[in-house]
Amino acid sequence: MAAQPETVEQVRAVTEQKYKYGFTTDIEADVAPKGLNEDIVRFISAKKEEPEWLLEWRLKAFRVWQTMEEPEWAAVSFPPIDYQDAHYYAAPKKKAGPKSLDEVDPELLKTYEKLGIPLREQEILAGVEGSEGKSPAIAVDAVFDSVSVATTFKAKLEEMGIIFCAISEAVQKHPDLVKKYLGSVVPYTDNYYATLNCAVFTDGSFVYIPKGVRCPMELSTYFRINQANTGQFERTLIIADEGAYVSYLEGCTAPKRDENQLHAAVVELVAMDDATIKYSTVQNWYPGNEEGVGGIYNFVTKRGACRGRNSKISWTQVETGSAITWKYPSCILQGDNSVGEFYSVAITNNFQQADTGTKMIHIGKNTRSTIVSKGISAGKAQQTYRGLVKILPKAEGARNHTQCDSLLIGDRCGAHTVPYIESRNRSARIEHEATTAKISEDQLFYCRQRGISEEDAVSLIVNGFCKEVLKELPMEFAVEAQKLVGISLEGSVG
Amino acid sequence: MIEIKNLHATVDGKEILKGVDLTIRPGEVHAIMGPNGAGKSTLSYVLAGRDGYEVTDGSVTYYGKDLLAMEPEERAAEGVFLAFQYPVEIPGVGNTTFLKTAINAIRKYRGEKELDAMQFLKLIREKTKALGMSDEMLKRAVNVGFSGGEKKRNETLQMAVLEPKFAILDETDSGLDIDALKIVAEGVNALRSPERSMLVITHYQRLLDYIVPDHVHVLAAGRIVKSGDKELALELEKNGYRDFGVSEAA
Repeated sequence: MAAQPETVEQVRAVTEQKYKYGFTTDIEADVAPKGLNEDIVRFISAKKEEPEWLLEWRLKAFRVWQTMEEPEWAAVSFPPIDYQDAHYYAAPKKKAGPKSLDEVDPELLKTYEKLGIPLREQEILAGVEGSEGKSPAIAVDAVFDSVSVATTFKAKLEEMGIIFCAISEAVQKHPDLVKKYLGSVVPYTDNYYATLNCAVFTDGSFVYIPKGVRCPMELSTYFRINQANTGQFERTLIIADEGAYVSYLEGCTAPKRDENQLHAAVVELVAMDDATIKYSTVQNWYPGNEEGVGGIYNFVTKRGACRGRNSKISWTQVETGSAITWKYPSCILQGDNSVGEFYSVAITNNFQQADTGTKMIHIGKNTRSTIVSKGISAGKAQQTYRGLVKILPKAEGARNHTQCDSLLIGDRCGAHTVPYIESRNRSARIEHEATTAKISEDQLFYCRQRGISEEDAVSLIVNGFCKEVLKELPMEFAVEAQKLVGISLEGSVG
Repeated sequence: MIEIKNLHATVDGKEILKGVDLTIRPGEVHAIMGPNGAGKSTLSYVLAGRDGYEVTDGSVTYYGKDLLAMEPEERAAEGVFLAFQYPVEIPGVGNTTFLKTAINAIRKYRGEKELDAMQFLKLIREKTKALGMSDEMLKRAVNVGFSGGEKKRNETLQMAVLEPKFAILDETDSGLDIDALKIVAEGVNALRSPERSMLVITHYQRLLDYIVPDHVHVLAAGRIVKSGDKELALELEKNGYRDFGVSEAA
């Protein structure tokens, strides 16, 4: 069904106002000079007061990066990035790192309040008591530009032996753990953006769940880019030891700016025997305006290793933001009977581009993976699902099921599905299903005839389309995600 | 009261309705019969406000308001309900969610308080019980995997929940066997009331054995060419539409 001229107009009208996180915070920042060289790498390492081994690791990565080429295989296009024309470190100015929330700049706290992120434990606790335990507490680590500004509930988690802190803090306090696992899933030679991250990563979250411990609350990190001309290179490392369980959620926002800003993060997950890690992302970086100006380049490497027997890693992502998304959360299914899952909703509108999917590498026996990808494209957006299912010779009895559904809104957007399947074990079972559909005019009229406005109808239909994925999100965020799905597509009816 | 005057409408530039006149008073049930291609479904879509059905002349006054100036959702909120000939499937959207969204959108339009989950559940239980329907249908996605009969019953349920002032039943009998037809007709009859008027559009007389109309009109080539009482329907059954210069083979 062709897009009506008036709906095209509506898209234009609505999308401009929809990104409500586009404000900037006026805060004095400690910024590294522009450019990228070994001195900058040393500067960052020195700022973080890092041990020698970490600086060496960064420098090794930087040297490798200089020999690498930017990948060009993804179905996205953008002008060349000038890596020398950006700041690689920006921190809100402080005499020393904040020791408690009271030391944190009130401007910063206000910013997080605007974003709806509860930083003050007292408030959260009060809220929990008030709601009779209906919404479980959420521990939050907040990363503002290059530094982590506050981690809540730390003390309570420490009682159980759970470590949840900024990765820079973990480097100081738990160097053995960091040294053991950092780069063990995504090596410093992995790919262009990940290698860059290794050299210049600034902050991020660190989680360690000890043997047999079930983390009693959702752990959450909020990333925010504030400073102009900065890249954000955060690094997240999550380890679930034998029999441990953790559910982790990440959210992100950035101010509206006309320039494109680079976000090249690395997330590494490690699950030992019988451990489960559930990693959920609600990605709402600034997508650029309706003309395609500005927005975040989200070039992210996320990978989980199911090292132990019966371990499980589950990725759930709701991707609505960023000008360009390049992201393939993956699972290395090493332990026998380990399970990898990837549930994804990706929405692209206007000029957004997304090339996203997953990799499931089956190494151990009876490893299982499930991929459910729901892509929604509107406006002039282009979206590609790219996924690899690889069964290695020893992965006796491995199974994969992949389902890729695309929904198109209007007639100027595109959806592409690129599945790669490599099987080297004859007992493996691999299934792939793919569908492409449009929101039909019949469906819209049916809803409207029942009194539901066109916008609400689109939101309803798209939420129905994404239901299988949204139900995988932690309860507290599912409602938020549903709203986000509606907002991202407001007026985009075709 | 609904007054349709000299209604002309085109679809893809082709004139389908060529001057329809019809007045429907509260509580009345009117049947529109006619051969294929007479414009029956076009009339129902024009009244409901579907895109692509362009009114070129005439007017529709709905309880004093200009119906044609309203958006489809506004018409729905004002009490116009169209039971679809082919109810649409909406995968992943639960029947209950759909109904709740619809009723609350309409309540909001009317300045009434939206129903919370408990109030809605109570209402929907009452309605399904009155229609002799199972709760199971509510849990499924809107019309997905429904049989022809289930789809039409679902339309009836929506009508019961949304309580329209003016219900248009477009070929409700199509795709139904006689048992399913009886069940749906019973549901519709239960919704007849002095405040609610209905326009029953059908090709065959048999539906009118179960939903007995007050008035019957013959629509042929875009105009109402004959009006009468329910006897007219029987006459048509016997003689077909030939008397109106239309061949059944159309």
